[in-house]
Amino acid sequence: MVKEVERAGIPVVHMATVVPISLTIGANRIIPGVGIPYPLGDPTLGEVKSKKIRRSMVERALTALQTEVDGQTVFE
Amino acid sequence: MRKLRVVHYINNFFAGIGGEEKADIPPEVREGVVGPGLALNKALGNEAEIVATVICGDSYFGQKTDSAKETMLEMIKSHKPDIFVAGPAFNAGRYGFACGEMAMYVEKELEIPVVSAMYRENPGVDMYKRDLHIIETEISAADMRNAVPRMANLVLKLAKGEEVGSPAEEGYHERGIRVNYFHEKRGSERGVDLLVKKMNGQECVTEYPMPVFDRVDPNPAVKDISKVKVAIVTSGGIVPQGNPDRIESSSATKYGIYDINGMDRLSADDFMTIHGGYDRAFVTEDPNLVVPLDVMREMESEGVIGELANYFVTTTGTGTSVGNAKGFGEDFAQKLVADGVGAVILTST
Amino acid sequence: MRLELGKINITDVQPGEVTKVENGTLYVNQQEIIELALKDDRIKDVRVEFARPGESVRIAPVKDVIEPRVKVSGSGAMFPGMINKVKTVGSGRTHALVGANVITCGKIVGFQEGIIDMSGPTAKYTPFSETNNICIVIEPADNLETHDYEQAARLAGLKIGALVGEAGKNVEPDEVVVYETKPIAEQTAQYPNLPKVGYIHMLQSQGLLHDTFYYGVDAKQMVPTFMYPTEIMDGAITSGNCVAPCDKVTTFHHLNNPVIEDLYKRHGKDLNFIGVILTNENVFLADKERSSDMVGKFVEFLGLDGVIITEEGYGNPDTDLMMNCKKATDAGAKVVLITDEFPGRDGKSQSLADAVPEADTLVSCGNGNVIVEFPPMDKIIGTLDYVETMIGGYEGSLREDGSIEAEIQIIIASTIANGYNTLSARMY
Repeated sequence: MVKEVERAGIPVVHMATVVPISLTIGANRIIPGVGIPYPLGDPTLGEVKSKKIRRSMVERALTALQTEVDGQTVFE
Repeated sequence: MRKLRVVHYINNFFAGIGGEEKADIPPEVREGVVGPGLALNKALGNEAEIVATVICGDSYFGQKTDSAKETMLEMIKSHKPDIFVAGPAFNAGRYGFACGEMAMYVEKELEIPVVSAMYRENPGVDMYKRDLHIIETEISAADMRNAVPRMANLVLKLAKGEEVGSPAEEGYHERGIRVNYFHEKRGSERGVDLLVKKMNGQECVTEYPMPVFDRVDPNPAVKDISKVKVAIVTSGGIVPQGNPDRIESSSATKYGIYDINGMDRLSADDFMTIHGGYDRAFVTEDPNLVVPLDVMREMESEGVIGELANYFVTTTGTGTSVGNAKGFGEDFAQKLVADGVGAVILTST
Repeated sequence: MRLELGKINITDVQPGEVTKVENGTLYVNQQEIIELALKDDRIKDVRVEFARPGESVRIAPVKDVIEPRVKVSGSGAMFPGMINKVKTVGSGRTHALVGANVITCGKIVGFQEGIIDMSGPTAKYTPFSETNNICIVIEPADNLETHDYEQAARLAGLKIGALVGEAGKNVEPDEVVVYETKPIAEQTAQYPNLPKVGYIHMLQSQGLLHDTFYYGVDAKQMVPTFMYPTEIMDGAITSGNCVAPCDKVTTFHHLNNPVIEDLYKRHGKDLNFIGVILTNENVFLADKERSSDMVGKFVEFLGLDGVIITEEGYGNPDTDLMMNCKKATDAGAKVVLITDEFPGRDGKSQSLADAVPEADTLVSCGNGNVIVEFPPMDKIIGTLDYVETMIGGYEGSLREDGSIEAEIQIIIASTIANGYNTLSARMY
């Protein structure tokens, strides 16, 4: 799905835990997720901390969208 | 049992009308066999016969594809065929394209079995082999007497609903389709066999060659995201409570687009996850772990992003074929474009 | 470590006053089983029903399948760390009731439980259509939390498997097979000219209904370790999961691991079977990297010339599979992978989620996306209520007459990626 969005001309960032799969299938802008059952946050740390993590990850994702890349790039 | 009715498609050259100078002739139809149709008819034996032959110039087809297809479909339809055969095209590229296009179109519109034949370097092979049975031929028309009986054989099997064998058995180009079968030996035994051979440096053939995934060039960066409409897409299977559209827990055949207008966050009361591939306990309590509406809504009100689209797109990632996912993507990407979405955040578990 | 496995062939299962084996028939005291299960107050009610090969019976949703076994001699007891004390097993003598199984089923815990048909066109996809099954239909206490329900059902299955297994203790087996793997220096010296082979056994470890246990330790919490192959035959590894029914490695499949069985068959002939490297499939990328690094380390340290790697599940564990493949290759071993495929119902998509060039020798256990027809069955053990939300099912799958149209992934162990079955896929 990531590639079809990209093909339609819309810049897309893939937020995913299993970065190797994201790379294999061909996403161009990648943000590593925290864990498979909770990619955007960490509920084991409580709601407040989890949301903070989520916010900072999405901010990184927005940065990735505003960064020129010439190939697949993982934004750690 | 009446004889099955076959319509045959050939080009200007094989129809004996002329070579390159006649490649621009428009579609025409003739009763019975023309050119190689004679051999094809013989190969079909008692079970089927060619009732008509449609002919078109390769260049005409290439330049006026849509109208050629439509015109010929009508011609073909009027003969009420049970079977459609296109070619053989051997190594002729334009002819291969025409055969492939016509065969696909006829199969779709008339729902009858179709077959074609081409040499492996004919671009038509790569284009159509996945969707059509294309008999493998040698490079030139000298191979006609091998190609034709194989075409007849295969298309009769298709017409009679008989099981089609492997590419090696039936003579068609490998289509890239995985088909189940029961082996004599169990998998673990085959695995040990392969390992011993591999360790001894003997030849061993894999049962599945590694897949290749295509690539798309990245789009230029967004200049200023505070002016852009952003949309959320997810493969994490977040759906409204009750899964009203019955999206599957694995091997999804559909995707959903759900409204988030006026919501500050995804509430566990309103949303659930149906993805069968991860421990759902966490996301069930807080769907924002997969669809980060809470933080994105904050960012929208702070002006960090221009606007958040008032829906999100969702499906189940696990077990879902690349083919299906590609189809969903092609579909909803159009909506996103039409809605002026300038960037997408796609989340996966 | 040396184990004698005594196989007692069971050809029928019947209710009886006393649980015992007589002339190949397993008699089962149902009341005894019910009482045992109800000792756990998380279980409200239990029914015991029988399903035999060829009967018009459908069992759903299936949680686990356990072959009844008992330790006759040697240290420890069945399923150590789970229902018996922790003690290293895998030596001495063990008896197995081959052809009988305990199957736990009942109200669904997650989406991942599956179906077994005892007859008809889909019976050939699961080995359990050919065994005499004692089905334990479990009803959980009201409002029981899902993790609790899963555990209660899992332990009930193991306890009942061990209880029924006791019936084989003093029965003369029809066949005794001896399996032996020596400590590494001795093992290497025993067959100095044969290539050294290891089995890398990947255990599912992704959380609720995706867990596996090694001597009672949740595989999520393990780092890769070495196991003598015979330990698995005494229940050192038990299943707590149903990843997608087709892929599920049931406790039966752990006890009867086919790679271990087939490596032993050639042990001393054209290979030297050194042992098993156990690893997991965690949900964090760092864990995947760590585990696969350690697997590579073992391959190098043990000096393995070749390895077979099996996976449980599909999707993100494909990444673990590929990491293990690459690192084992880098450590100097020839690698063969065994896995199943998910190329879509039309067979045209890529079969795996991840790929590395080193994965050039692979055994396929079939395409799990293929749609098949299940005719109606006379008797349902359990319930069909959940079919449309079970993996492989979809809207419209279950018809009014009780027939089902669904992907074969809904059938227990149909494409199990340890090579137990003969189902495979080829390129057309």
